[in-house]
Amino acid sequence: MNGRQTETTDRGPSENAPAEIRFDGVSCPLPLQDYPNVIMGHGGGGKLTSELIEHLFLPAFGGHPFVDLADSTVFPVDATRLAFSTDSYVVQPLFFPGGSIGDLAVNGTVNDISMSGAKPLYLSAGFIVEEGFPIEQLQRIAHDMGAAAKRAGVSIIAGDTKVIERARGDGCYINTAGVGVVGEGVEIGPKRARPGDLVIVSGTLGDHGMAIMSVREGLEFESPIESDSASLNEMVAAMIQASPAIRVLRDPTRGGLSASLNEIASASKCGIVIDESRLPIKPMVQSACEILGLDPLLVANEGKLVCVVAEADSEEVLAAIRSQPDGANAAVIGKVVSEHPGIVVARTSIGASRVITIPIGEQLPRIC
Amino acid sequence: MKYLTEYRDGDKARALAREIARLVTRPWAIMEVCGGQTHSIIRNGIDQILPDQIEMIHGPGCPVCVTPLEVIDKALAIASRPEVIFCSYGDMLRVPGSKDDLFKIRGSGGDVRVVYSPLDALRIARENPQREVVFLAIGFETTAPANAMAIKLAREQRIDNFSALVSHVLVPPAIEAIMNSPGNRVNAFLAAGHVCCVTGFAEYPSLCRQYGIPIVVTGFEPLDLLEGIRRTVRQLENGEAFVENAYGRVVCEQGNLVAQAVIGEVFEVTDRGWRGIGTIPRSGWALREEYRDLDAERRFTVSEIKTCESALCRAGDVLKGAIKPNECEAFGKECTPRNPLGATMVSSEGACAAYFNYGRFVQLTPPNSAATSGAAK
Repeated sequence: MNGRQTETTDRGPSENAPAEIRFDGVSCPLPLQDYPNVIMGHGGGGKLTSELIEHLFLPAFGGHPFVDLADSTVFPVDATRLAFSTDSYVVQPLFFPGGSIGDLAVNGTVNDISMSGAKPLYLSAGFIVEEGFPIEQLQRIAHDMGAAAKRAGVSIIAGDTKVIERARGDGCYINTAGVGVVGEGVEIGPKRARPGDLVIVSGTLGDHGMAIMSVREGLEFESPIESDSASLNEMVAAMIQASPAIRVLRDPTRGGLSASLNEIASASKCGIVIDESRLPIKPMVQSACEILGLDPLLVANEGKLVCVVAEADSEEVLAAIRSQPDGANAAVIGKVVSEHPGIVVARTSIGASRVITIPIGEQLPRIC
Repeated sequence: MKYLTEYRDGDKARALAREIARLVTRPWAIMEVCGGQTHSIIRNGIDQILPDQIEMIHGPGCPVCVTPLEVIDKALAIASRPEVIFCSYGDMLRVPGSKDDLFKIRGSGGDVRVVYSPLDALRIARENPQREVVFLAIGFETTAPANAMAIKLAREQRIDNFSALVSHVLVPPAIEAIMNSPGNRVNAFLAAGHVCCVTGFAEYPSLCRQYGIPIVVTGFEPLDLLEGIRRTVRQLENGEAFVENAYGRVVCEQGNLVAQAVIGEVFEVTDRGWRGIGTIPRSGWALREEYRDLDAERRFTVSEIKTCESALCRAGDVLKGAIKPNECEAFGKECTPRNPLGATMVSSEGACAAYFNYGRFVQLTPPNSAATSGAAK
């Protein structure tokens, strides 16, 4: 569902532990050679995106010990720990059921910061606008951003505007970056999952991606599928209050739940087993996926989180999520295990199992 | 979801599996023809709950996989032309040609667009009268009616900047080719439900008689597949060989007559090359002479195609059911969905991709061993 949402550098990174990727020297650039030009999949949040980051950006940037490729990077300033993240938004259409590029741009970065357990504070907003773009639409986008920031309790305090020639862009692109403060004692990151922990999702999966896809492909349902675009910082605050021992938080955007779970399994060197029948998916979203031949586990979400928490704390955390307006459909979907480290396995409805892998690039609709 | 959820019921699925186990007395090899069935079997783990005596062999019914390399190379050549908007079903975009794929063509400036229906390509042609719009019309009997309809409408509405690169393939000749191939192990077929929805199954009784094989028209959900397998096993164990329809909610014997009429008007039967398998006589559809002016091969000169297939790829053996995908030496090593050597590793209906994407290269039992095998990378 990442169709046009092609973002190449959005995995801002978390946690203070040294990263596993070696930054010294140039990593093997080999996998990049078979694509002399950028293809859409490089922005799809799957393997091609990872390759670009690991083999092109990180070697060039030189890396830093703080960087571990989570949703946001946590770093110390004097006695305080800050979380920092950036994300670019290129969604088409700009306005869709349940949201717009404006609230997406605020919620997305707020959520990336929140996934470190941080309280988001300040955002920047950079616009790249195409000549001829209606001011009225820009106004609506800005208004949506202001409203989303207000809801999330953050302020937009820096910005930039560039205009590009007509036909050189796609209306309006937005980049936001943001910082937040990590509370004392909060240690959240994908490496911290432990065997025995439970995996929770905060609500129904695939809503955003299928909302966008339905509009783009002209799929009509009795009532439209709405994006779940929402900020998660209040939910995260309530969860941390319920249990400061939350181990991992991820927002399953591009690449969907599948990419997030694989990243957690890979970083923690644990296995994950999920129960397919427990996954909360709206019937309409499931139907749209069936029609287009897409897997809801790979579809993007913009207002959901995945949480890994010790089993002893799971009931309190689940209750905290469910007490939030967007958390009513939260569910325990699986467990962290010591078997098959780095691998995510689903128990299927008929009691068999299959491995859940990371998508390569864009999910492609099937021929029939 | 109505008509889907009911057919994914775990208890009923296990009950059917137990019934199959009760019926079976010796080993049988059953081929599911359609890639969509392969996908469902591997995704749901249906083979895991079947008794050991039942071996599912994955058939050649993945249209993306069997589209000849020459056609892919022609598609790439046409899609590279600046005046062309090239429209294709999504999963053709990553299929490797001799050198490139459609994604790379798009990355280097080609105007390649994913469509869900050939009628979308027709709309694009109408909206871009100054450009040439080419639709890659591939697939089995399932996609043929819509493809034929788009071509027919292009003619009727005089959309002169529309053309189609046609490479349709047919199921019954493929069943014959498999039964005639040396070393064939297939004892029975699950016929592809959605193909039969279009064509009906009047062609199958003669195949049953000729080769002494049961053919059961089967759907795609777990209960559909298990019911198809149950009926197949019952025939095999009773020494019977006839056509059964286990997908009655979708398929009737004569098929969709309206669809067949459109197909017959636009296409005619032709010999067709199958990627990895070779040429099968009278196994495809091509444009009829009356529609040849809408043939992209004729409109664009693409004769200088020199194809080059990977020497490592054993997609042909996979498509014929001679080996399982993970028995190919390149599987998961030189050949992954990231770097596919053959089309079977690309399409979600391809057997190799189904095995890879659903982790059939991972030994799940021993801890501390599987992390490096590639699934989570």
